[in-house]
Amino acid sequence: MQITRELVEYVADLSRICLDGASEEKMERELGAVIEYMEVLNALDTDGVEPLSHVFQVTNVMREDAVAPSSPREDILAGAPEATGQTFVVPRTLE
Amino acid sequence: MNWEIVMGLEVHVELATKTKIFCSCTTQFGGAPNTHCCPVCTGMPGTLPVLNRKVLEYAVKAGVALGCEITRYNKFDRKNYFYPDLPKAYQISQLYLPFARDGAVEIACAPGLTKTIRIHEIHMEEDAGKLVHSAYGEASFPDYNRCGVPLIEIVSEPDFRSAQEVLAYLAKLKSTFEYLGISDVKMEEGSMRADVNLSVRPAGSQALGTRTEMKNINSFKSIERAIAYESARQIEVIESGGSVIQETRRWDENKGKTFSMRSKEDAQDYRYFPEPDIPPIEISDEMLEKIRACQPEFADQKAARYVEEYGLSEADAKIIVASVRMASLFEDTVALCGNPKEVRYWLLGEVLYFINDRGMTLSDFRLDAQSFAAFVKIAASERINRRGAKKLFEAMIFADHPLDLEAYIRENDLEQVDDAQLIREAVRAVIAENPKTVEQYKNGVTKVAGFLVGQTIKRLSGKAKPETVNRIIAQELAKL
Ligand SMILES: [Zn+2]
Repeated sequence: MQITRELVEYVADLSRICLDGASEEKMERELGAVIEYMEVLNALDTDGVEPLSHVFQVTNVMREDAVAPSSPREDILAGAPEATGQTFVVPRTLE
Repeated sequence: MNWEIVMGLEVHVELATKTKIFCSCTTQFGGAPNTHCCPVCTGMPGTLPVLNRKVLEYAVKAGVALGCEITRYNKFDRKNYFYPDLPKAYQISQLYLPFARDGAVEIACAPGLTKTIRIHEIHMEEDAGKLVHSAYGEASFPDYNRCGVPLIEIVSEPDFRSAQEVLAYLAKLKSTFEYLGISDVKMEEGSMRADVNLSVRPAGSQALGTRTEMKNINSFKSIERAIAYESARQIEVIESGGSVIQETRRWDENKGKTFSMRSKEDAQDYRYFPEPDIPPIEISDEMLEKIRACQPEFADQKAARYVEEYGLSEADAKIIVASVRMASLFEDTVALCGNPKEVRYWLLGEVLYFINDRGMTLSDFRLDAQSFAAFVKIAASERINRRGAKKLFEAMIFADHPLDLEAYIRENDLEQVDDAQLIREAVRAVIAENPKTVEQYKNGVTKVAGFLVGQTIKRLSGKAKPETVNRIIAQELAKL
């Protein structure tokens, strides 16, 4: 897989990240290096190897279905750039 | 040209757990905005989601009931997208290893005709929040109380050919989940939601046409309308030389139309990847065995048993099993009084009348198995006639407090009169008052005896036992 400038712009757009020209170039170079490193794996025979989905060998980490108090609303809203007393405020989403 | 409609369904069902899928916030409806929230379900950095054990149990129950292969090693993935109903900017869902696959649901598509709808997969995921829009202005207001409420999404194969089949399938899912007790499954309240993927093709063709996805259809009635509208729209596009664009369309209930939601430039790229915060799930033989063993008796099996065991008609049995509560009330009452016919009579006659005609629900009545059975024993005895029984029944189901049946019968004088001497006196009086009728009877018009029976019962305020009145009238007339 080739990391191109277009791909960097596309991923930045999907991630809602604004990059200037220099950052885009840096990203292209760094992401390219990461992908290249991964290419090493392609040289190995992985037939019959289960894809690893989690790095720790644990499964079934679960909790009981018991209600605990939620957070105070002012705490939930505290970090929002804009909020009323009850809800967050975001740009209008209905066209 | 004849067109065939081809549809597949994605049905989201909210699971009725007490808490959210990954945190301990309540799932209760109707809290003030953003009061059922914590750092986990609002996606604060550094928080750790932990799966609710009950969600897995309910989900696997659904998978088993829908005949699916359960994925013994399954896991969660992140579906990334930016929309303000989703504070984390990703939804935790299952893409690569959904917990259930390859199921099948049998639906009744016409009387005596069944069809199998194949289930492609079922996965677990979290619900998004709700956006409130102001009537004007430039802002929307997210309420994250529903954020993180557990859902299962049931993805069917494109096996539907008509709106009737879609409705039959949704009804079957609804009934299945009600009997499993894993969801409220109320379309109108959003605990069951259906997205319809629809395409059209010339009848007889095997190739699939380009499909559109209709979202946000929230009642059985709108599903029928939306399918009719969207299939007609696609046929018109094709017949006028155009081609259908693959897109998501929003159903507008008020306008009765679908509208394009997203333009093509905005095509979704969810960049799924394995969810690193939640370790994989392994479903043990033991857990699966336990769930298989406690699958309930579902509506169709129940209805067949009612016909077999209680001698109900198929139509009556189907009405009773359509509601889990009605079915259990029926069964519990029959177990106590041993009279299925009589229980059926009051349930489908009286109770259903109030439900259908006055929009009431079973919980609006004071009607438990114990008092219902006690009532049925009285109603089936000779002690009161149908009219008295009806009065007693209505008094019982609408009472503010549990009704003392015996006291009510006494106070309202409902007991049938079966005193031969009393009835004979009334009969003699009626004969004396109606010489013309008696004359007719003597001339061979025997059917007028019915009039005399009616007069006698009326004279005894409706409480006389008709059989006894008949017998005595016959005796008295014979004497003339
Ligand atoms: Zn929470």
